[in-house]
Amino acid sequence: MTDATTASAPPQPQRLQLLRVLGPVHVWALGVGIVLVGEFMGWNFSVAKGGAMGSLIACWVIGLLYTCVAMIDSEVTSTVAAAGGQYAQAKHIVGPLMAFNVGMYLVMAYTMLEAADALVVGDLLHQVAGQFGYAMLDPKPFVVLTIAVLAWLNYRGIFATLSINFVITAVAFLTIVVLFFALKPWDPTAALHHKELLTGLPYGWIGVIAAFQFGIWYYLGIEGTCQAAEEVRSVGRSLPLGTMTGMITLLIAASLTWYVASGLVPWQYLGQASVPLFDTARLTGSRFLEVFLFVGTLFSAVASANGTITDAARAWFSMSRDRYMPQWFGAVHPRFRTPFRAVVFLVPVAVSFAFTGLLDQVITFSILSGLLGYTFMSFNMIKFRKQWPLGSIKRAYTHPFHPVPAITLMALCITTYFATYLGYGSQLLAMMGFYIVASLWFHFHRYKYVRRADQFTMPWPRPRLSR
Amino acid sequence: MELWKLFEWAAWIVSAILLLYIFVDMIRVGAEYDEDLLLSSREGADELLEAQKHD
Repeated sequence: MTDATTASAPPQPQRLQLLRVLGPVHVWALGVGIVLVGEFMGWNFSVAKGGAMGSLIACWVIGLLYTCVAMIDSEVTSTVAAAGGQYAQAKHIVGPLMAFNVGMYLVMAYTMLEAADALVVGDLLHQVAGQFGYAMLDPKPFVVLTIAVLAWLNYRGIFATLSINFVITAVAFLTIVVLFFALKPWDPTAALHHKELLTGLPYGWIGVIAAFQFGIWYYLGIEGTCQAAEEVRSVGRSLPLGTMTGMITLLIAASLTWYVASGLVPWQYLGQASVPLFDTARLTGSRFLEVFLFVGTLFSAVASANGTITDAARAWFSMSRDRYMPQWFGAVHPRFRTPFRAVVFLVPVAVSFAFTGLLDQVITFSILSGLLGYTFMSFNMIKFRKQWPLGSIKRAYTHPFHPVPAITLMALCITTYFATYLGYGSQLLAMMGFYIVASLWFHFHRYKYVRRADQFTMPWPRPRLSR
Repeated sequence: MELWKLFEWAAWIVSAILLLYIFVDMIRVGAEYDEDLLLSSREGADELLEAQKHD
């Protein structure tokens, strides 16, 4: 502390740690909050590729991919409980280069998702203004306002941030449930027309495979729960509980969303719609449902942006704390106990991405970054169990059927890369090029600043050598 | 119509105030507190580490 403040300021603690105040409800709010916007928009592009039935197959197959992610994440995080989540896991299990890449995937995936969510908020308000007769509303100030308010919340504390996220995420989820019951699912022919609208697979099985890329929208971000590991009370219990209940919530929400939308909207229109659930509500003719689903769409986008700020900041903070990035960003606020410099640094980055206005490009880069992270997760898990078998270290949660989830995850990731290549081949190659250049920068320049002995913090026995 | 224009300006102003607040606070904290203290955080969940050490 400086001399000027020594006399007046209260005694300072020896060490500043992130505040451990979160419970399973906050973990749920973080994971589901990031993802739920994908039920309100985006998932329906899978309908354009594979038809309504193809989209349902993608929903469940990609649901299996994310169930594997959630199981693997829950086990590893209950052991490597550190901010940065998968970054910290990769660092301990594989090594620095893998950790750097995973950290970069996380920061890029979440910051781009944040930008996309803010763009959606701006677009929604633009549409509302249009309905009230003012088609000239500029969405930019509302994009910046969304990012500014949520960055301010994140700056001031994790507890209030995720408590608010819980409320708005729960309301958004409730809107899907209300829409489902309003369409009388107990009498499938009363309001819904599945019999007429489900037309099989318009592009055959290759269309179903192509739909996998957009099936990711149903669940993208649930793995973000473990970014807050350092701020969770009873981490070994709360994280697996919050993550797995979050995954169950998403599987229910995804199935309900598909059921109501495909029963009311023809697949040719559904595959192009920008806000499919809102459009479904409009087709019911109920003014209440229309307004309620608009609120749900808006809340889901805000909740997602909020959660992604939380996660991106923690990934950047963790990398900086280990000097993978400038250490200056690894600071903790002495009063709010948040990674405040990381939060502030990522604001202009997110605003820049949002101002490009290229929603589909931004989202594709975000999805591909996430997919790369999941691919490496399967390697990490197999190596983790081989080097530290059951019983050799304390695990608060052990996932069943190993190595089936890891192998399934790998197979589904490869299939989804193929699906992405069918639609976004050039973006896939550009993104690979970006991460290869970033890896070279880390290897030849940045790694010399890392304190190698300090980065491994887990009191584990020496790893069992591979035979 | 004027009302929507007003909303646009209000959004810019509120954004500027919030972003200015966090930026000024970040500078103030950096000037007021020792950098070593701000960077003193260590990775890991203390309770889990403690439990592992005791096992």
